[in-house]
Amino acid sequence: MGDLLRLATAGSVDDGKSTLVGRLLYDTKSVLADQLDAIQRASVDRGLTTPDLSLLVDGLRSEREQGITIDVAYRYFATPRRTFVLADTPGHVQYTRNTVTGASTAQLAVLLVDARKGVVEQTRRHAAVLALLGVPRLVLAVNKIDLVGYGEAAFEVIAQDFTEHATALGYPLGSVLAIPVSALLGDNVVERSAHTPWYRGPTLLEYLETVPVEPDPHDLPFRFPVQYVIRPRTAEYPDYRGYAGQVVAGTIAAGDEVVVLPAGLRTRVSRIDTPDGPLTEATAGRSVTLLLEDELDISRGDLIAAVTDPPTVTDEIAATVCWLADKPLRPGARVLVKHGTRTVPALVATLSSRFDEQTLSSVDDPEGLALNDIGQVVLRTAEPLPVDDYATHRRTGAFLVIDPADGGTLAAGLVGAPLPVLSGDNRAPLTPDP
Amino acid sequence: MSRRHDNLDALESEAIHIFREVAGEFDRPVILFSGGKDSTVLLHLALRAFWPAPMPFPLLHVDTGHNFDEVIEFRDNVVAKHGLRLVVASVQDWIDDGRLAERPDGTRNPLQTVPLLDTIAEQRFDAVFGGGRRDEERARAKERIFSLRNAFGQWEPRRQRPELWNLYNGRHRAGEHVRVFPLSNWTELDVWRYIQRDEIDLPSIYFAHQRRVFRRDGMWLTSGPWGGPRDGERVEVRTVRYRTVGDGSCTGAVESTASTVSEVIAEVAASRLTERGATRADDRLSEAAMEDRKREGYF
Repeated sequence: MGDLLRLATAGSVDDGKSTLVGRLLYDTKSVLADQLDAIQRASVDRGLTTPDLSLLVDGLRSEREQGITIDVAYRYFATPRRTFVLADTPGHVQYTRNTVTGASTAQLAVLLVDARKGVVEQTRRHAAVLALLGVPRLVLAVNKIDLVGYGEAAFEVIAQDFTEHATALGYPLGSVLAIPVSALLGDNVVERSAHTPWYRGPTLLEYLETVPVEPDPHDLPFRFPVQYVIRPRTAEYPDYRGYAGQVVAGTIAAGDEVVVLPAGLRTRVSRIDTPDGPLTEATAGRSVTLLLEDELDISRGDLIAAVTDPPTVTDEIAATVCWLADKPLRPGARVLVKHGTRTVPALVATLSSRFDEQTLSSVDDPEGLALNDIGQVVLRTAEPLPVDDYATHRRTGAFLVIDPADGGTLAAGLVGAPLPVLSGDNRAPLTPDP
Repeated sequence: MSRRHDNLDALESEAIHIFREVAGEFDRPVILFSGGKDSTVLLHLALRAFWPAPMPFPLLHVDTGHNFDEVIEFRDNVVAKHGLRLVVASVQDWIDDGRLAERPDGTRNPLQTVPLLDTIAEQRFDAVFGGGRRDEERARAKERIFSLRNAFGQWEPRRQRPELWNLYNGRHRAGEHVRVFPLSNWTELDVWRYIQRDEIDLPSIYFAHQRRVFRRDGMWLTSGPWGGPRDGERVEVRTVRYRTVGDGSCTGAVESTASTVSEVIAEVAASRLTERGATRADDRLSEAAMEDRKREGYF
């Protein structure tokens, strides 16, 4: 069995995203006979002469009625070389928050554009969101290439335009690839197209199968949010006290010295427990139970970390937020912050800037942030939190902003300024205003 | 130890993380347990998540009264073996006191929703674990891992919360509850590979056996208290197994000689039909059958 690639798709309405995903599934033979029968019947009912592959993924009644994707759909498919978890996200501006959902765990994103329209506002917005969330690689699928006569010049203009935008967002050369495709006809998705002899790069699937996957963050300093204290109090285990959680970064070995935050207490790991017996070490991604040498007051919400290079413990957090709610953010708002396994009340002390993802510039002291806006804030939390920079630690640099009234998720929060253009030393617009 | 962390390890670790999050943030969680393979894997993972302490949740089974005897026996054995608490909501009780009426077609599968929601409200369960997987069906592919249900138990697909990283937001208002799906990212094949790896026991009907069956709507159904065979439906003895286990009136058997877990894995890997397409009449009612049931509060 090969390794796993988590990818997300993004693009504007009508760029043909669901059709592309349907094509990938269909051409990799991931569609089973009864699913195919069902979409063939539904396509005939709609008066179509060929099966509409988008019906494979648009699973909700309202999606099929409107012919658009509203919510993220997760798809699982495998080729002999690799297993794929694909988050198919909606293109409509109003549903950008679902793109954020899909992108938060993705290792690669496929961004679609219509070859007749090129890079549009929504493409720039999605690219900014993907860059912000730290998706390491982008594929630009220039779709409907058949509708521009398989023209190389049209493709080159779009590829160039997009690469410039991605570079400005901090994507290094080699992390962005443009591919001319027709999802409807299958050109360069799985099968190489006979109509684009000028294109020498890989097909979409070839690229997805061979692109290097970023390894789990094994090399980072150790981080372990405590989820639950395990105290059996049974005859067999009368005095057992273990701290259950998942290693979110780094590696831990029995005997290692650790610090418990925010309190700052030091101790050593005496045992790494699992139902199959103790481990000598555990790496990022594993759920385990840690037993410690000293009896300390530790509970859910605490973070166990490496002694060298620990997170910063602070009650004033400078962060980037991606606003996902219909009601706007105003400075002074009272919210909840969920970081790791701890949720604390917080105040939006400062709203310092709003990022304009079209010009890649920032606007200082905005009145507020609206749905899908990205901005820089300073949060004051009721209790100090042990935080890392999102740019280096995706898991301990991330947090949710929650509405205390109804519990809804208001924003994706990222500690620090993960986009180079947000860091303050690059405030000039990419293209100066005329 | 340096064994490579493979795909199954990653799925197991993710599910255990989810169980522990719920234990840490909710007051009264419960696991939906039918005795089927997915809920059996779910229970196995929950037991592992809290080992060596006892699992801090009870089980809930919505019993249609039309279940397979082998599955009910399996359920009771599992409960006894691990010393668990089981709450049973019997569809028959709801029919007897008039809160539900038997359907003309005899299937009780859609009738499970009301007893489920009534029991959640009565017992004040605030988190309900289900074995649903996104690969099962198109509407399930849209489901979050933490899925908020309103006070009427309904799923509102347009109002789903964004689910970011693995920071799950389980906050809800009084009367609302959250459905939690730790197996969201598992496929049918993953479930079987995990059953093989951890040597998990299953009800015998998942493996090939001889059974008296009749053909209806392209499926092999077995006769029982749910009715059938009707006139013109001929009963014959076939070697079959079940790919899914649900209400007897609408769960079909597949012809199979797979009598061990590894034979089942080989069969599933080669199958050209999805498990629901092959064996579930309830999903064939309409193009959006599952979505409609989920909106009403179904599993």
